Amino acid sequence: MNEFIHYLLFGWYPYLAVTVMIVGSILRFDTNQYSWRSQSSQFLRRKQMMIGSNMFHLGILVLLGGHFVGLLTPIEVFDYFGVQHQWKQVLALVAGGIAGVVAFIGCTLLLHRRLFDARIRRSSATLDIVVLVLIWLQIVLGLSTTYWTLQHVDGREMVNFMAWANGLLTLQPGSSDYIVQTHIVYKLHIVLGLTLFLLTPFTRLVHVFSAPIWYLFRPGYQIVRTRRGKGAPARASQPFGGAPAYTAGPATERAFTEEVQ
Amino acid sequence: MKIRAQIPMVLNLDKCIGCHTCSITCKNVWTNREGVEYAWFNNVESKPGIGYPKDWENQERWNGGWHRRANGRIEPKLGSKWRILSKIFANPSLPEIDDFYEPYTFDYEWLHKAPELKAQPTARPRSLLTGEHLTKIEWSGNWEDMLGGEFAKRSEDYNFAGVEKEIYGEFEKTFLMYLPRLCEHCLNPTCLAACPSGAIYKRDEDGIVLIDQEKCRGWRMCVSACPYKKIYYNWASGKSEKCIFCYPRIETGQPTVCSETCVGRIRYLGVVLYDADRVEEAASVEDPKDLYPAQLSLFLDPHDPEVQAQARRDGIPEAWIQAAMRSPVYKMAVDWKIAFPLHPEYRTLPMVWYVPPLSPIQSAAEAGKIAERDGMPDVRSLRIPLKYLANLLTAGDEAPIAQGLERMLAMRAYMRGKRVHGVEDESIAERVGLTGATIDEMYRIMALAAYEDRYVIPTTHREFEEDAYVLRGAGGFGFREVTEGRTPSLFGGKKAQPGKPVKREAM
Repeated sequence: MNEFIHYLLFGWYPYLAVTVMIVGSILRFDTNQYSWRSQSSQFLRRKQMMIGSNMFHLGILVLLGGHFVGLLTPIEVFDYFGVQHQWKQVLALVAGGIAGVVAFIGCTLLLHRRLFDARIRRSSATLDIVVLVLIWLQIVLGLSTTYWTLQHVDGREMVNFMAWANGLLTLQPGSSDYIVQTHIVYKLHIVLGLTLFLLTPFTRLVHVFSAPIWYLFRPGYQIVRTRRGKGAPARASQPFGGAPAYTAGPATERAFTEEVQ
Repeated sequence: MKIRAQIPMVLNLDKCIGCHTCSITCKNVWTNREGVEYAWFNNVESKPGIGYPKDWENQERWNGGWHRRANGRIEPKLGSKWRILSKIFANPSLPEIDDFYEPYTFDYEWLHKAPELKAQPTARPRSLLTGEHLTKIEWSGNWEDMLGGEFAKRSEDYNFAGVEKEIYGEFEKTFLMYLPRLCEHCLNPTCLAACPSGAIYKRDEDGIVLIDQEKCRGWRMCVSACPYKKIYYNWASGKSEKCIFCYPRIETGQPTVCSETCVGRIRYLGVVLYDADRVEEAASVEDPKDLYPAQLSLFLDPHDPEVQAQARRDGIPEAWIQAAMRSPVYKMAVDWKIAFPLHPEYRTLPMVWYVPPLSPIQSAAEAGKIAERDGMPDVRSLRIPLKYLANLLTAGDEAPIAQGLERMLAMRAYMRGKRVHGVEDESIAERVGLTGATIDEMYRIMALAAYEDRYVIPTTHREFEEDAYVLRGAGGFGFREVTEGRTPSLFGGKKAQPGKPVKREAM
């Protein structure tokens, strides 16, 4: 029975969680973009936000990046570049540890204001609170794994996790077997992490997909929208007072076009 | 030259009676919803005062508007795009809701439900944010109405720069003016420039600046970036909202709600053609005092045949060119030069302009006589300091304001002569660089202010832009409506309309 549950949680659940996250997010974006936002509460209460939000976000971004690169890169790549498993383990411990502590402090501040500031508590959806509590627990779990990781700094366990994650990514059957022996804290950390993936499309967490990086590459500053449909000729070329004659393709789109100045 | 048209607004402060009808009607139409209870797309401030939100004019604090760099280029005062993104987790320049005010209601129901009590039941205030009782209401959207509050606080007003403000704290010397404010629908909006999502845009056809509510992700940079603090974060929906210039009304040729309901008939709407290619250049002039003339130079003369020809080439409908020729806004801003932009020094090239108010002659009360200059009352001895108005409307340059006020005084003198004494004294008009005929027109538009003269609004000619055939059956407003060809679907193609054939013939 235990084996079955293990297989369910580490063989099946990852696929379920990631599928729900991706498909759910696409569906939400497509059907209800109005609900897609970060829902910042800074406007209601600035206190604890400046430090809390910055520490939390910076810490969590480093952690997310670290987990992705560290877990999903095939171990052969590290071997090829001569990165010893022990080095990688120590690097993960130190960088992850620091980022983890930073994120923990930030998350604690944010959780405190969300729970105990009447304005924010009242304007929070249940899932807003649930998700923040789960993230806080996840950071606590992640930080507490360092105790067990210190028992095997040679990176042996880490290699197992990498094999597991790589196996899932490449659709290898039986990859959950790699982490049968690991300590329960790691397992809880993984299950909770996958649960957060699962919850993403139903919560404000979707705002991570909208990180506006492309703003840096937006030419100029001003945006003007015109109703001239795509493929419509310039107005000047039309006979005055006439209806638009669309020549390009079958589409007679009402979509607006944007000009950047 | 690329010509665009915009419908700007002019507010004649000389006639504003501070009745707040504009604010109330606007609120009832657009912002009586959860999340924006605190938001007034239109509000009327009593000046001098720190305004709503508190201290909004102080850009050292809020970092709104543009900053001209040493190399002559402008960038948002919040910083370059990198700097703006670095503030995305927590924005140090963002006002808190308390800088506006904590929205509240009263326990009205208790007045009906209270059992027999020893004391009369009272309706206690209750916060709309927390639902809890408020022991004391500390601030509101209109807290300083009619110079409410002590002068020490109100004198923090940014427009007192360079004015010896202490004397205006004395009862006998104090002055009061109203400043109705709404979104400026700028030619060079900073809110738009600072939006990381690209959700804010300016409309090509009428210059109205809008926030795409579907695209807004609530990064709230626009709230700090707008120097007029006219973007409001809806704390319930997590999106920013702003004055939409009542575009559904403007499109059909009707004035905005605030204009329509203005009791004092102070608001004017009309088409202005401007040179879109020179916007950045005009916003980048070195001396802030040159920003007002620079913006004026963008406005093109609709009577000029060359301008008309170019406007037609740029697709401006004939009706709009005709309307531009009759535009009261163009007349007041360009022909008569009695309307001025609000705080041009923010470099946003605002498009809601103000006619400065005349005020009682101060020295007359003091010395028993009126200071005169060339036979007319000296505008420098008006009760509202000229410097104060200049700080508000021309980045501190007093000369244009003085000329504007003199022209308004001249209009009074000329018309009094004409109507009371039956004398048309052209010399009065000449002294302020006008003619009697011009003053007659000024009088008609500014004093009589008939509805048709105040609002010259051509309807939107969308038939030139869109194919009406595909719009059949479209619902009109709404975020999630499914209309043919309206919302592109992520899954390819257009969303099908239920019950209608999906396949269409190519036209």
